[in-house]
Amino acid sequence: MLNFISQRRMFLWLAMLSLLILPWCVGSVGGNYWVRVLDFALLYVILALGLNVVVGFAGLLDLGFIAFYALGAYTFALLASPHLTQSFAAIAVLFPEGLHSLIWLACLIGAVLAATFGVILGVPTLKLRGDYLAIVTLGFGEIIRIFLNNLDRPMNLTNGPKGIRAIDSIELFGISFAKSLDLGFIQVPALYLIFYLFLVLACIATVICMRLQNSRIGRAWVAIREDEIAAQAMGINTRNLKLLAFAIGASFAGVAGVLFASFQGFVSPESFTLWESIVVLAMVVLGGIGHIPGVILGAVLLAIFPEVLRGVVQPLQNALFGHVLVDAEIMRQLIYGLALILIMLYRPKGIWQKRGASTS
Amino acid sequence: MQALSQRLTFRQITIAVSAIACISLLGACGKSDKKTAAAVPADATEVKIGHVAPLTGPIAHLGKDNENGARLAIEEINKTGLMIEGKKIFLTLVPEDDAEDPKTATQVAQKLVDSKVVGVVGHLNSGTSIPASKIYSDAGITQISPSATNPEYTKQGFKTTYRLVATDAQQGPALANYVTQKLQAKSVAIIDDATQYGKGLADEFEKTVKAAGLKIVAREASNNKATDFKAILTKIKGSKPDVIMYGGMDATGGPLAKQAKELGITAKIVGGDGMCTEKLAELAGDAVVNVTCSEAGMALSKMANGNDFQKRYKERFNTEVQIYSPFTYDAVYVLVDAMKRAKSTAADKILLVMPDTQMNGLTGNVAFDKQGDLQHGVISLYEYKDKKKSVLDIVKM
Amino acid sequence: METFLQQLVNGLVLGSIYALIALGYTMVYGVLGIINFAHGEVLMIGALVSLTLIQGLMGFAPFLPGWLVLVLVLPITMATCAALSYTIERVAYRPLRNAPRLAPLISAIGMSVLLQTIAMMVWSRDPLMYPQLLPALPIQLFNSAVTITGKELVIIAVAFLVMCALLLLVERTRLGRAMRATAEQTKIAALMGVNPNRVISITFMLGGALAGLAGVMIATNYGNANFYMGFIPGLKAFTAAVLGGIGNIRGAMLGGLLLGLIESLGAGYIGDLTGGVLGSNYQDIFAFIVLIVVLVLRPSGLLGERVSDRA
Repeated sequence: MLNFISQRRMFLWLAMLSLLILPWCVGSVGGNYWVRVLDFALLYVILALGLNVVVGFAGLLDLGFIAFYALGAYTFALLASPHLTQSFAAIAVLFPEGLHSLIWLACLIGAVLAATFGVILGVPTLKLRGDYLAIVTLGFGEIIRIFLNNLDRPMNLTNGPKGIRAIDSIELFGISFAKSLDLGFIQVPALYLIFYLFLVLACIATVICMRLQNSRIGRAWVAIREDEIAAQAMGINTRNLKLLAFAIGASFAGVAGVLFASFQGFVSPESFTLWESIVVLAMVVLGGIGHIPGVILGAVLLAIFPEVLRGVVQPLQNALFGHVLVDAEIMRQLIYGLALILIMLYRPKGIWQKRGASTS
Repeated sequence: MQALSQRLTFRQITIAVSAIACISLLGACGKSDKKTAAAVPADATEVKIGHVAPLTGPIAHLGKDNENGARLAIEEINKTGLMIEGKKIFLTLVPEDDAEDPKTATQVAQKLVDSKVVGVVGHLNSGTSIPASKIYSDAGITQISPSATNPEYTKQGFKTTYRLVATDAQQGPALANYVTQKLQAKSVAIIDDATQYGKGLADEFEKTVKAAGLKIVAREASNNKATDFKAILTKIKGSKPDVIMYGGMDATGGPLAKQAKELGITAKIVGGDGMCTEKLAELAGDAVVNVTCSEAGMALSKMANGNDFQKRYKERFNTEVQIYSPFTYDAVYVLVDAMKRAKSTAADKILLVMPDTQMNGLTGNVAFDKQGDLQHGVISLYEYKDKKKSVLDIVKM
Repeated sequence: METFLQQLVNGLVLGSIYALIALGYTMVYGVLGIINFAHGEVLMIGALVSLTLIQGLMGFAPFLPGWLVLVLVLPITMATCAALSYTIERVAYRPLRNAPRLAPLISAIGMSVLLQTIAMMVWSRDPLMYPQLLPALPIQLFNSAVTITGKELVIIAVAFLVMCALLLLVERTRLGRAMRATAEQTKIAALMGVNPNRVISITFMLGGALAGLAGVMIATNYGNANFYMGFIPGLKAFTAAVLGGIGNIRGAMLGGLLLGLIESLGAGYIGDLTGGVLGSNYQDIFAFIVLIVVLVLRPSGLLGERVSDRA
């Protein structure tokens, strides 16, 4: 029997290798469509990890999390498209070709902006109990969405329901992620490049989360989550730590939003509804609140889930019944609702539970 | 003890990863199964035409209607037999569902491009046609929308975007002209539902109405899930407009008309194709006699072969024509006409000859301008008599 | 001035509807301390069930006058909603009474999604027409300054009657005393001979019945019903309950009316107040802004909370 250090290392190498060749496997079997799905799945992983910081680590139920994603997306949309040039004469003078920003800079700005709004959300809600907090965060998410949808009057900031188009695609170190990369011996299609980029960022996010979990901050969050009054009695600055949780979680979403805007090339308020917040929450809950590998699993499973439903359930129903009894869309919602209830009833720590954890 | 827990976790992970792999493979396999009923005859070459519309969601019945129109055309063409350059061609429809969602629209667009369709009929909504158009443009595949009315769709500078209906830039002015000339209104109030379609249409209407010198007493906005318009209507009532224009769908337009009547507002209400459905009569109740609305294409009853098409449609699908199936029908014929002129079924050759299209289809004469819009767009105006739509006027743009 | 009066009346009608729903929220929160996210969906199911019943009854006996159909259908609808609410409590909330705080909340969200999906499957996603059973002809009041319809007057009256009935129940009956006792100190109430589980179940059923009534009123007022009609009113009604003081019945009524007025007057005048920057399209977020302001400045609401002590 191998001792567990080299077993772990072997496992890590295996995992890295399989992730490296994954787009090629998926691409040849399912086509670009499925690689695209994987790319989105990785974005959801980053989102879920961010929400996990707020809900899982600190125990603050946030139902408006997608607002930070929206803020990140619109930040990049404004900074890297012709929109501001078209709407404001002053900017047209300075930037006649439209604005173009470096993506890593935009990520930074997006993260900071989202974190700021996270603190803005956090400050008035510090004293609120879980249920009130949930509703207030829900309201916050809706407020952001409605503002994004209507800020085209009197000045056209967000272009309202039409959304912002012609957003720059990702460009890093001189490589454009919108075209294939010719490495001489191999041609790497754009979607695969984006997969690797998102994978790197998801790994960074995971490492940050793991570090946080095992730090003083992480332990303080656990204390606050379990018993806030006792935590305060122990000298923990609950106010600052709660705000920190909001800020960090929001910044993850902000970065993911920037990437989303660049990947899709187009943002509109319809992508940032309450339902999306619930989906990300479901990813965290299903995966295991607070358990990082569980959250990643939950995110990946739920991200590819609608595509699987669409590809499997409808043809299956057609074959069995001749026509589709239940839409894939409705079936998806049905399963989400049932899953949330059943998981809470029978497996409240998620599908993949932490082993030997002492927290309740 | 630690080694044991490590191994168990490893096993869990392997199971999880294989589960993911299986599911994704399963899904990928599901994608590749044939969705059409007919089989390709042995001596013919298969040519795929894509179609996208919302097949799930609140307007699923309209999406299905679109798909039926395309399917009817394809089946007819296959029955008569299609020969391109001496080769027998068999057309296959590849239908997809975009659920009215921009993100899904881009994903299924990618799916269609991967399945190597030579042309796409779709999407139904402007909000989905526009994001998807980038993907078709990058792949060089012709996209003909049978119903997207937002002007931006063809203004993106893509060579692949075409449509078979008039745009909101024509629908808005048509409504505005009706209001100024036929209704002789002096003041208007405009409400939109803060969606891309509703606001776009309202903006076009406002432009024309302003240019004609009418007074705009109010410009309000709501949202596409609103139920109570009393506050907005009360505000408007105070300014006493002659006409209220609403940019939005029947689900909100109907209650709006109803509540206006309940508040004692006598102004006429005008709206666009989103509101112009048979269902409006149900939702607005008695207030529907106050409503005039427009459609961005020729009325079915006024098309030369409209009644014949309706009969054939009903025979094949056992349901009534909704709105835009005649347009998807024509879109398929336009693609086939392009194939004949290009003497090829290759997507790029079809695209090359699209600008020179001159065809007399079910919906009228089809010719495109430089941007891909119809050269001879037509707007139909309707009123409601006995709770049913009846054609008021046909406006040639 | 006319416009102002009309907006007031609009706000009153809207507020009565919110008050009806808020009453259900406030009672449940009083005894159990959780937000019943699924309350709005019970409302929606009530409206849709009543629609089916009405269609059936009118098909069976088309000669019946509108108001009679409504009177016949209402008790069945309310009973159905009570049963539904009871089931929700037993299935999704009771097993989680001792679980960590997040669990019943997430379960409630799941229940809300589930109910919406079931409604989508049974009644489809299209907006459905709700028959006009109460008079809808505009009536002029105050020298034609205000126009109101018969059905709106009925709604205001019904909300007021229900509040009075509920107050009577809670303050003058044994059951009401039991409810108040359970709300204040559950364990001690149990020692005093009150069966908390039974009281909680009855509270839920009562709340459900009220939601069903509210659903029918909303559908009658606007003439349509669909699977989505319960969610937003549910949220706003919760805001109203918090505004008035959660657990407090008079508070729910006051909060509901106030919220209705704020929304109506806000939508009517915000454009003028902000010089066109904000408009009536921001109407939906007034409720949330009110909620945040109330929770920050006066967390126990206008008339004070009446909840059990929870750490």
